[in-house]
Amino acid sequence: MMSSDKARTRAHGTEILRAEGLRKGFPGVQALDGVDLTLRAGEVHVLLGENGAGKSTLIKILSGAYRPDAGRVLVDGQPVEIRGAGDAQRLGIATIYQEFNLVPQLTVAENLSLGRPPRRFGLVDRKRMIEQAEALLDRVGVDVDPRTPVGRLGIARMQMVEIAKALALDARVLIMDEPTAVLTTGEVEKLFAIVRQLRDDGVSIVFITHHLEEIAEIGDRVTVLRDGRSVAEVPAGTPQDELIGVMVGRPIDQQYPRQAAGRGEPLLKVSGLTRTGVFDDVSFEVRAGEVVGVAGLVGAGRTEVARAVFGADSYDAGEVVVRGRRLPKGDVHAAMEAGLGLVPEDRKGQGLVLGADIGENLGLVTMRAATRAGFVDRAGQRGAAAKVAEQLGIRMTGLDQEVRTLSGGNQQKVVIGKWLVADAHVLILDEPTRGIDVGAKVEIYQLVNELTAAGRAVLMISSDLPEILGMSDRILVMARGRLVGELPAAGTTQDDVMALAVTEVEGSRVQ
Amino acid sequence: MSSNVLARRSPAASWFAENGALVALVVLVVALSLLSADFLSVTNLLNVGVQAAVTAILAFGATFVIVTGGIDLSVGSVAALSAIVLAWTATSAGLPWPVATAVSLAVGVVCGLVNAALIAYGKLPPFIATLAMLGIARGLALVISQGSPIAMPDAVSTLGGTFGDYLPIPVVVMVIMGLIAAVVLNRTYPGRAMYAIGGNEEAARLSGIKVNRQKLITYALSGAFAAVAGIVLASRLASAQPQAAAGYELDAIAAVVIGGASLSGGKGRALGTFVGALILAVLRNGLNLLSVSAFWQQVVIGVVIALAVLVDTLRRRGTN
Repeated sequence: MMSSDKARTRAHGTEILRAEGLRKGFPGVQALDGVDLTLRAGEVHVLLGENGAGKSTLIKILSGAYRPDAGRVLVDGQPVEIRGAGDAQRLGIATIYQEFNLVPQLTVAENLSLGRPPRRFGLVDRKRMIEQAEALLDRVGVDVDPRTPVGRLGIARMQMVEIAKALALDARVLIMDEPTAVLTTGEVEKLFAIVRQLRDDGVSIVFITHHLEEIAEIGDRVTVLRDGRSVAEVPAGTPQDELIGVMVGRPIDQQYPRQAAGRGEPLLKVSGLTRTGVFDDVSFEVRAGEVVGVAGLVGAGRTEVARAVFGADSYDAGEVVVRGRRLPKGDVHAAMEAGLGLVPEDRKGQGLVLGADIGENLGLVTMRAATRAGFVDRAGQRGAAAKVAEQLGIRMTGLDQEVRTLSGGNQQKVVIGKWLVADAHVLILDEPTRGIDVGAKVEIYQLVNELTAAGRAVLMISSDLPEILGMSDRILVMARGRLVGELPAAGTTQDDVMALAVTEVEGSRVQ
Repeated sequence: MSSNVLARRSPAASWFAENGALVALVVLVVALSLLSADFLSVTNLLNVGVQAAVTAILAFGATFVIVTGGIDLSVGSVAALSAIVLAWTATSAGLPWPVATAVSLAVGVVCGLVNAALIAYGKLPPFIATLAMLGIARGLALVISQGSPIAMPDAVSTLGGTFGDYLPIPVVVMVIMGLIAAVVLNRTYPGRAMYAIGGNEEAARLSGIKVNRQKLITYALSGAFAAVAGIVLASRLASAQPQAAAGYELDAIAAVVIGGASLSGGKGRALGTFVGALILAVLRNGLNLLSVSAFWQQVVIGVVIALAVLVDTLRRRGTN
């Protein structure tokens, strides 16, 4: 057997890590039911599968967060036990989760040297810490002052810091859990450049993505998981529809099954909406039966506008009218009463009470209306929740299952579901399918179709351009806090949208 | 607790896991019955009930707050202040006792509202806001009473007595307040909103729950329960004392936590809190009967609190 030092300099293509017959059960669910995986040095290995297929469990085993019930993991041909983050680190396995492991209050440099800061005479050597950070950030190719608190960075830069952190640990296996889910097209390109460079340096990268078009672009090989089993290992050049077939075990006819509905009365009218320094003079309307997409780079002010419209945040000027009623500023309750609903971008942080059960979550919005003389009609609430849960096809053991234990797609269905229970007329969806598998995506699109067919209106913010193009009737493009253009969905290309999204906005007061 | 866990385990095992505090209470009662001949008598058990009453009533109020993810350190002081106000308005100011009682309850509610206003609108952490109120309410009790006990009106003092010859009224009040707490938490809008706010305040707000208003209700309820506890305590002693119930807030919080609530919010039941308060009272009573020194009793109770929460945490880690 080779020593680990020698192993670190192994040539491309040699096997670094092998997982054999991994099994892991949780109460009520067999998350992994026989998974094999081989990783070679200098490859990008895509892990593909629907939510609940076992990807998260697999990477948690490789990073030491879970112990498998059966099967084994070999590194450099030697069986290893990964009992925790420390073991994973020693073996050179680093993981970048969707929820970053960064301390927002600390600076970039402090985060990069977290737990092992350079020391001088027993005290932290700040100068050296910053130098080391600069070298790492340079390698990742990101222009960030290492003295900036991480909390002030945007999501894309936080991710770069995460990658830099993995490099600091000298990782030879880098696991990335849906790194592109939160990025815009331009940022994805940058990320790919970094990933390719790492691969050329001999790092083995496990890449999880739900964007099929990314697979051929960045991947070398693909392992497909389904229902806790590894069902195929194929080259990354495999055609998309074939990949989908293997992944879901059935063909999906259409990724974006938009069925346009007839346009009716304007249900939501926003005019001159302005919050100084955040968004500026935003006006648009959404009619009954319409899906209006909102495209733009991250930071263009889309989410901020949506939150202001819904009353979650206040604004300085302008007005919001829903079904003829002008809404007071910053009043969620009034917006809700008028028939507005918001499915926020951060599902877990803002959409769900994770520790509560499905029934409770579905009934959150209607709880007030279901209250008579102070008492909540819990049986009635439960009945309404059961109906919507069935309509949405939420995969659950029952309404009393904690939402924490649901997969991402099913969690998102619960967030949307609470507005269905409330019968919202205008639904604002902020990144509705982020981090959701193809099957659940299509189900959500079909739900959007049902809503518009029933005369409801949808305002959909998304950074996923194919989704915006495929599901919207009209597309609004934002840049630097301004609405810079409106495009019909028919005949518009991704390039048309991007060209608008990166326009320099003259006279915008938003930087 | 997710249902798929329940599906896996046998019904009995999951019942034990869900009602750990109750099981601990039963074990404690059985053990003490074997160790001490005096423990398992009606007189002694009712005595335990009386001992538990004030803590339990305070703890029911604290349960509301803890379910929202907050904390109320002021309940002991507010209890003392409310009792002093009752005694003072009835004796020195000469108000009829029902009016004095109403004023006393109002004082508890106002203290709670001030706490909530500081927290909801002033954005103070609950720990700080209620720590301030702990000092303020205690100080006001001392100012009003000028540091001396004030006799309670006789009509109110009957609360410290018994129905018939045996059933202590504090026990009855405790049970009634417990039922009220259970109904509020399980059935009413403010109660359900407390769970949502404690589980995820932002999600609750974005679901149209008026979070600030609900916090006002939550802390007002805690203040009202504290006032009732203060009146019961003063009735037993037949006088309101400005230093009464000092430190009781910690017993109340301990009872809530032993009962299975989580200090991070979203979790807690009135029945659990009741059991938690009984465990503390049974433990103190039993240790007295076994002639364990008061010094060692504090050690034992500290260990029990740590163990209760530890077991709960381990159990949850095992299932997630």
